[in-house]
Amino acid sequence: MREILIIILSAILVENFVLTKFLGICPFLGVSNNLSSALGMSGAVVFVMTIASGATWAANEFLLKPFGIEYLQTLTFILVIATLVQFVEIVLKKNVPALYKSLGIYLPLITTNCAVLGVSLLNIQREYNFVQSIVYGMGAGLGFTLALLIFAGVRERVESAEVPKTFKGLPITLIAAGLVSIVFFGFQGLF
Amino acid sequence: MSNVKAVQSESGKVRAAIKTLTNGIIKENPTLRLVLGTCPTLAVTTSAIFGVGMGISATLVLIGSNVVISLLRKVIPDKVRIPAYITIIAGFVTIIQLLLKAYVPVLDKALGIFIPLIVVNCIILARAEMFASKNTVFMSALDGLGMGLGFTIALLIIGSIREILGNGTWFGINLTKDLIDPAVIMILPPGGFIAFGLVIAIFNKLTNNKVEKIDCHACGMCGKAQETYENKVNSESKEKSDDREVAVK
Repeated sequence: MREILIIILSAILVENFVLTKFLGICPFLGVSNNLSSALGMSGAVVFVMTIASGATWAANEFLLKPFGIEYLQTLTFILVIATLVQFVEIVLKKNVPALYKSLGIYLPLITTNCAVLGVSLLNIQREYNFVQSIVYGMGAGLGFTLALLIFAGVRERVESAEVPKTFKGLPITLIAAGLVSIVFFGFQGLF
Repeated sequence: MSNVKAVQSESGKVRAAIKTLTNGIIKENPTLRLVLGTCPTLAVTTSAIFGVGMGISATLVLIGSNVVISLLRKVIPDKVRIPAYITIIAGFVTIIQLLLKAYVPVLDKALGIFIPLIVVNCIILARAEMFASKNTVFMSALDGLGMGLGFTIALLIIGSIREILGNGTWFGINLTKDLIDPAVIMILPPGGFIAFGLVIAIFNKLTNNKVEKIDCHACGMCGKAQETYENKVNSESKEKSDDREVAVK
């Protein structure tokens, strides 16, 4: 139990996927200017990352390892994730239309979110077991959510601030992200 | 007469080829102008050499996938084109990954999971969708090379700035003679965001142009998702207005 807690907390704070591992920067910059889309995206990411961690772990353990074809990991994982996202989309549409309505449009975007493939690869690299993989996937997703929500607030202030012309838009956003990243840097050495 | 025409069209072709090649370096620089592939840009630029290594790996994948996708552009059905592209790209990434493991193990260790993550690098999918699926093999190869060079140059610039400021070295050569304490924060994650922001600001100033949108809709997949979303919204609002009309009747 203690170990699981440590995995979750370190995934959220110490090695935050967006701010210290640089995974999932594209949606982080893309949807953080709007709180409702930030929430929708985060929900979809947590959901998909948790399931994808389990699915890719199983694919590695039962498909790649027995045949000794671990070098096909990248190819297999991206296909598993792409299929999974499609599958989740269909199931949600059929069975939980309310959830589909709020997450639906973000699901196709997630296949090319490097955080999902990244978490799958990290699970294998760190030799996590099935439960640990799922927990790590969920923790990483929650870390993404936390970073996105904090940054959505920061962005709101930045938008209304007076910024030199050259820095308007993306440059000042990136520098603000750097400052938020410094904050998260304080968690280094927590465990 | 026809000779002149042939010469003219020949020079036109050369000009088009040069334009395609240089397009990716400044005018449509994938990193600094289109802001694609931000994750590797920030993650691997802790030193100039890693930036260049990442850039070259991505360039090779980009040329390979552009050529193959362009060759197959009439064979791949439109509906399954994205999964097909991803599979082709993943194949090339695997090749590069194995080559790096065999010949440059140091780089493979340093870049870590960002080598397999080239698969989801938006630049590659975006070029497949926007260029290789519509153009000839030769032009697609040139486009891949140009875009790859643009990416490599951007990574080299950011990597150099971060390495010099954060470590006092450039390509491993000690520049400060240990007289100045380097600002270590530049090679830590926060420095990545700050350096990238500054480089984009300077690029904007120099080219007198602005990145208009910050979003990932430029990538093939995301663009498609956005499209379907807009279609959905349009059709829904249409349905609603239809309902209203019925109600009025």
